[in-house]
Amino acid sequence: MLAGDSQTEIQHALRNQYKHVMRRQTLRRVVRMRSFYVLLSFSLALLIVFKYVPIYGALIAFKDFNVVKGILGSPWNDFTYFKRLSVDPFFVRVVWNTFWLSMLRIVFAFPAPVILALLLNELHSNVYKRAVQTVSYLPHFMSWVVIGGILREVLSPQRGILAYLFETVGLEPVYWLTNVPTFRGVLVVTGIWQGVGWATIVFLAALSSVDPELYESAEIDGAGRFVQAVRITIPAMVPVIVILLLLQLAKVLDESFDQIFILYNPLVYEVADVIDTYIYRSGILEGNYGYAAAVGLFKNVAGLVLVLGVNEVVRRYSDYGLW
Amino acid sequence: MPVVRGNASLGSRSFDVANIAFLLLLSLTFIYPFWTVILQAFSPAEEVYKIGLHIWIDDWRFESFAFVFQEENVGLAYVNTMFRVVFGTIATLLVTFSGAYALSKRNLPFRAPITALYLMTLFFSGGLIPTYLLIRGLDLVNTRLVLILPIAIQVYYIIIARNFLMTIDQAMEDSAVMDGAGYWTVLFRIMAPLSLPVIAVVALWTAVSHWNAWFDALIYAPDKRLVVLQMLVRDILNRARLREQLDGFVEDLDRFGLVIVPPESVQAATILVTIGPIILVYPFIQRYFVKGVMLGSLKG
Repeated sequence: MLAGDSQTEIQHALRNQYKHVMRRQTLRRVVRMRSFYVLLSFSLALLIVFKYVPIYGALIAFKDFNVVKGILGSPWNDFTYFKRLSVDPFFVRVVWNTFWLSMLRIVFAFPAPVILALLLNELHSNVYKRAVQTVSYLPHFMSWVVIGGILREVLSPQRGILAYLFETVGLEPVYWLTNVPTFRGVLVVTGIWQGVGWATIVFLAALSSVDPELYESAEIDGAGRFVQAVRITIPAMVPVIVILLLLQLAKVLDESFDQIFILYNPLVYEVADVIDTYIYRSGILEGNYGYAAAVGLFKNVAGLVLVLGVNEVVRRYSDYGLW
Repeated sequence: MPVVRGNASLGSRSFDVANIAFLLLLSLTFIYPFWTVILQAFSPAEEVYKIGLHIWIDDWRFESFAFVFQEENVGLAYVNTMFRVVFGTIATLLVTFSGAYALSKRNLPFRAPITALYLMTLFFSGGLIPTYLLIRGLDLVNTRLVLILPIAIQVYYIIIARNFLMTIDQAMEDSAVMDGAGYWTVLFRIMAPLSLPVIAVVALWTAVSHWNAWFDALIYAPDKRLVVLQMLVRDILNRARLREQLDGFVEDLDRFGLVIVPPESVQAATILVTIGPIILVYPFIQRYFVKGVMLGSLKG
């Protein structure tokens, strides 16, 4: 009994001693490595100011914000903005539009680079493959301001190439950008045009790690190219496809702001107005800071829940998470 | 990598032909829009309004460029854009690599919680409005700094650079320290040259995104004296759209011979002036960008 007590006491003392020594060592290490903290301070300062202060600033969603009184000094608003948000028909519309556009992109735009990678992989000439790739990256390096200007010409009902092609087969020109039924399609297709080349890089990288002997032995076994593509090429891309698809699912609330902001107009708000464009208009243009901050907070919290949820699913069904 | 096949079947060969043809057509859809912009900028007025496939023009005109350089603040916009590209890239590089180097030290006390502090911002942010109010509160609106400082911190680049630096052999550094090298010497003489591939990638990514950035300029630096190329293009395109809504206005002016340069040519010329430098360096830099994607996909 007594022996046991003193033993735990000794253990306890030892542990304390150990902690003490560790702490002193840590402190000594901090002092010794102080140059590294100096190096770290630049990015850490910017991180705190431009990333963490805005998170604190999101508090204005819960306040009757008054610039003079500041964030802490302004009175609480009893969730006024969140109550308004739940009955705001425009809010419901932008959430729906955001979700709907993301889904369209997952169904139609996501497979595009996979297919392009498959086709590029079947080319015999490396020079031709490289050339097609180089050309397909081009729109990725342009801003949406520029792409918008170019697309406006291509889609112009008066001068555009599409109007010309329609005319030659006897169809009426279409007002692609001011027409509710066509606008979503324009967003998805122009999104593919802008991003497909760049997105193939990851898939082609996955294919470059495939052992060429696999194809050779498939050849000897009499497998045709189609069978080889289905049995070798596609399975090689599957892990990347799954990870990217999950990331896309986690980001359904992030619609491509630049693209929509440049291409949309009041005639198509009905289908094109998304959460981020709504935040911009109601917050920065109309000055409803508190309300727009509440919309933004809703989006960011929901986005975080989605990311964590998707990661949890991945963790459960495989050995590794998304990060 | 497809295997060279000895005697390909008819089906296989016809697939090849169809595939090559399809990819050629696809490539044309990437090139044609840019090509029409070039033609439009150099076209005489009557060509611009001609509907149809524009493949070549015989009569190359430079009036639209003369007009753009005279009427618009292209010179100022170039200077402003170059300013943010050069100093923005330098700022991002310094912030990225100082942070990444410190975080790559495995024995740095509190390394894990600090890294977590960085990583967390990739998944949650305050949003546009609080950031906007912060920038206004800091009195950064309509300064050159506002286009550089808030985006100098790129957590994603820091993580990529950190992961790369962690693959560099610690022994190399230790022996230099043993030989009496100070931390700064180690940083600039040993670590920097070794991490040149990542430095190049981060620098190029940052430079292009600074060149293309416009939204921060729109909301934080609307002052005419701070106009960047992208905002100039946006203004010219928006004005053209407004004009199109005033139907017939252009034709009226045209009848009196007042419009010498068609507005469409002016728009196209402005676009070319803006993307020109990118198109020129594009063939040389694009493989570095591809390398960057590979670096980013390495998990750490």
